[in-house]
Amino acid sequence: MKIHEYQAKEIFSRYGIPVTRETVCYTPDEVVAAAEKSGYPCVVKAQVLTGGRGKAGGVKLVKNKEEAREAATSILGMDIKGYTVEKVLLAEGVKFQSEIYVGLTIDRNSKSVILMTSREGGVEIEEVAKENPDAIIKVPIDADLGMQPFLARKIAFRLFDDFNLVKQAADIFQKMYKICLDTDASLVEINPLVITDDNQLLALDGKMNFDENALYRQPEIEKLYEPDENELKEIEAKEKGLSYIKLDGNIGFMVNGAGLAMATMDMIKMYGGEPANFLDVGGSSNPQKVIDAMNLILSDEKVNAIMINIFGGITRGDDIAKGLISALEQLDVKVPIVVRLSGTNAKEGLEILRGTNLTVVESMTEAAKKAIELSAH
Amino acid sequence: MSILVNKNTRLIVQGITGRDGGFHTAKMKAYGTNVVGGVSPGKGGQTVEGLPVFNTVEEAVKQTGANTSILFVPAPFAADGILEASEAGIELVIAITEGIPTLDMVRIMPYLKKKGTKLIGPNCPGLITPDEALVGILPGNIFKKGNVGLISRSGTLTYEMVNQLTTNGIGQSTCVGIGGDPVAGLYFQDLLEMYQNDPETDAVVLIGEIGGDAEEQAAAFIKNKMTKPVVAFIAGQSAPPGKRMGHAGAIISSGSGTAEEKIAAFEAAGVPVARKPEDIPVLIKRALQYG
Repeated sequence: MKIHEYQAKEIFSRYGIPVTRETVCYTPDEVVAAAEKSGYPCVVKAQVLTGGRGKAGGVKLVKNKEEAREAATSILGMDIKGYTVEKVLLAEGVKFQSEIYVGLTIDRNSKSVILMTSREGGVEIEEVAKENPDAIIKVPIDADLGMQPFLARKIAFRLFDDFNLVKQAADIFQKMYKICLDTDASLVEINPLVITDDNQLLALDGKMNFDENALYRQPEIEKLYEPDENELKEIEAKEKGLSYIKLDGNIGFMVNGAGLAMATMDMIKMYGGEPANFLDVGGSSNPQKVIDAMNLILSDEKVNAIMINIFGGITRGDDIAKGLISALEQLDVKVPIVVRLSGTNAKEGLEILRGTNLTVVESMTEAAKKAIELSAH
Repeated sequence: MSILVNKNTRLIVQGITGRDGGFHTAKMKAYGTNVVGGVSPGKGGQTVEGLPVFNTVEEAVKQTGANTSILFVPAPFAADGILEASEAGIELVIAITEGIPTLDMVRIMPYLKKKGTKLIGPNCPGLITPDEALVGILPGNIFKKGNVGLISRSGTLTYEMVNQLTTNGIGQSTCVGIGGDPVAGLYFQDLLEMYQNDPETDAVVLIGEIGGDAEEQAAAFIKNKMTKPVVAFIAGQSAPPGKRMGHAGAIISSGSGTAEEKIAAFEAAGVPVARKPEDIPVLIKRALQYG
């Protein structure tokens, strides 16, 4: 889950990390008023939950009232990668000597939180990683030890010679680590962290992502969630225990397990078909989930055949079959359905499906070929 | 031999009184796994499937001599459950639970390391040594004893692959589902090493998927350390872009985690990659003949 720059910086500020003075604005009038108060030059920045704002023209430096109004009018309502800009940040203009990158994230390999920092901040860190990987300092943080003052200092000494900057940076590293743990963040990033003309470190930008598995214990963070249209459909599915992503094809899918779902889609594509969706009914099935899944698949009018591929482990074949029978009773299903059922309680499931007009096949390959054939009619 | 679980496994089930815990305890017992008891705080003294239920793992270990534990504990309490098993001296913990907060896993890793506890999962289907021990939610009837090891990040895709092997007459030594969470216990490399040292395993099937760089690391390990043949499959070859990894995560993995990159890494390491599940038995047969 992502939040906006201004929300990330509010959190940083609460923990005592110095950030730019700024105001969130929703209209050009608000932007002008905030700019007049802040003084010029200042910056108008689009607040959208996607990257690449600068390149899209969503960040503008303004030197007077007219420019502020002009920038606000052009940025508000702008489309950036499918996201409409509904709010902007009016931030003070800051003169700086150089830009630093600092990011905390989870590292699969060391199985720990890792701090990454670089003197080459201000550009996308992926670019630095590609062009000049040695410029990035990476330090995994031992979870038992945490971000001790000595460790934060040690990292900061690799960035700066000036002890005044080292102290400031070490303090920021410790605070970022605390934020990461306190909020269950999967990313805490400041890019750039600038050295101002009077030798102070200041966060010019901020970015945070959060672990969705931990939202249940982060009510304050959950309140900040602004799902887009696709996410809303995905959330609705998730509340029912389903994982759903809409795609462009015509063959609807219901599969258990993300890996098998992906492999099923790969196979359909390989044989020349086009998946209409990715749908993982997950483990621990109950018949209601199957009904919900069928509803979701059929909500897409392009679907003209459905392929059900279940290999039961924790998912039980009889649960799936019962759900299918109820779905057929409750819903007006006009498209052909191909079912492949194996694994836990598959025999019981197939027994339940006997006598229905579903096309029951033995293997995944057979199911894929059959579904493509039926969808062509 | 085989790896990790066998006839000597003495298994307890943490969360035995829940729906899934109870259901799969019965399945594991029916398969012949030596399940010796269960743990469910506050429910000590009850019995499930004829097995004694204990309040703590410590008590269960003392009473039953358990050496392995499987968890069906709800996500908010799962990390605590893993620690409890580790503290009680359990050698191998299998966490089936899905949805555990990542930082919970990060926090417990140093302790598990210190205690030498092996963890599989979380968010995994478990593992099986056919005809000896089923520790997980895998459907036992599809497996067949043999000499091919299997490691997978996915649950149900594992079943599909095993089914392909078994119906083609290829048996398995041990099959392990390592789970799909960002921070997990034993990974490809750890298990490849175990298979390399296991006299009952002659070849290995590795099933990866898009995201992260575990497959690339496995490829490097195979190239440098393995003499036994390995064949691979990568799920997500047709996955639409846009579901990409977090901003900073991509840097550490030094790659974008696409199927193409992973396939290229394996092929560069001399590991044949199947384009569809049914190609796996063909590749394995070829590998065993010439390997």
